[in-house]
Amino acid sequence: MDEFAVKVFVRLRPSVLDPAGEATKSASIKLGAEGIKSLRIGKMIEVKIEGNGENEVREKIDLLCDRLFANTVIEDYEYSLEKL
Amino acid sequence: MGNFTVGVVVFPGSNCDRDVSWALEGCLDLRTKYLWHESSDLSDVDAIVLPGGFSYGDYLRCGAIARFSPLINALDEFVKSGKRVLGICNGFQILTESGFLPGALVANKNLNFICDDVELDIVSSKGGWFNNEDEKQTIKLPIAHGEGRYHCDSDTLKKLVDNELIALRYKNNPNGSLFDIAGITNEKGNVLGLMPHPERACDKTIGGTDGLFTLKSLILK
Repeated sequence: MDEFAVKVFVRLRPSVLDPAGEATKSASIKLGAEGIKSLRIGKMIEVKIEGNGENEVREKIDLLCDRLFANTVIEDYEYSLEKL
Repeated sequence: MGNFTVGVVVFPGSNCDRDVSWALEGCLDLRTKYLWHESSDLSDVDAIVLPGGFSYGDYLRCGAIARFSPLINALDEFVKSGKRVLGICNGFQILTESGFLPGALVANKNLNFICDDVELDIVSSKGGWFNNEDEKQTIKLPIAHGEGRYHCDSDTLKKLVDNELIALRYKNNPNGSLFDIAGITNEKGNVLGLMPHPERACDKTIGGTDGLFTLKSLILK
């Protein structure tokens, strides 16, 4: 069994308005930060997972992302995987 | 109403379950039974309400965790059998997350938690959930949500419109919902999800009775 550290990034799809991102952008500008063109907020999920090799772990993570971590109606996901 | 029994689902974090039960029993003389989310035996209920609240603390996304409860798994067969399911607010979010209804509900455009009475246009008679036969095309119901902005892709919206699956639209869109959508049904019409709370509008003393018809229609075949 190999153990992997996986970082899953879940983001609202570009077509979905992100009001929290807009509010944070507005606060960033009030803080004095210049040049912010866009600011959107997503989620990062860290998973440590065991499996027989990278392919098997990817299958498990794909299932988790599709069915639970992201709602693909409104969100996209991507992940990075590191063998421990 | 005989032995007709409405199951009111209770998740950890549901908070409108008792209101729904009160409205059904106290205002409509309908028998109710609380169904704990870990139960998968739906054999002794004739219709189901998924009430409002914050199931599983709204963790991850509203309704995302509730979707994996044994009760929601059992709901598939219940819905296929043609029995009626009403999802109110968080119940609507659960119905979209679990795929019984299309689309998703996301954070309100202005980020406010909106607690207000809203006027709604009845736009479809699918499923007979709303009384739109006595020329009352507009009803007033309370809303109370932070994540009630309906969203779907353009193909899904077209399908909703073409098949008359949009049940209710806001007269004055409070949350940025796509196409002013406040409630939709499935194609068969036996599943309704809506953000407004009909159970909070079932008695004149609390501001209106426009919700009665929807709850009463749970007994329709």
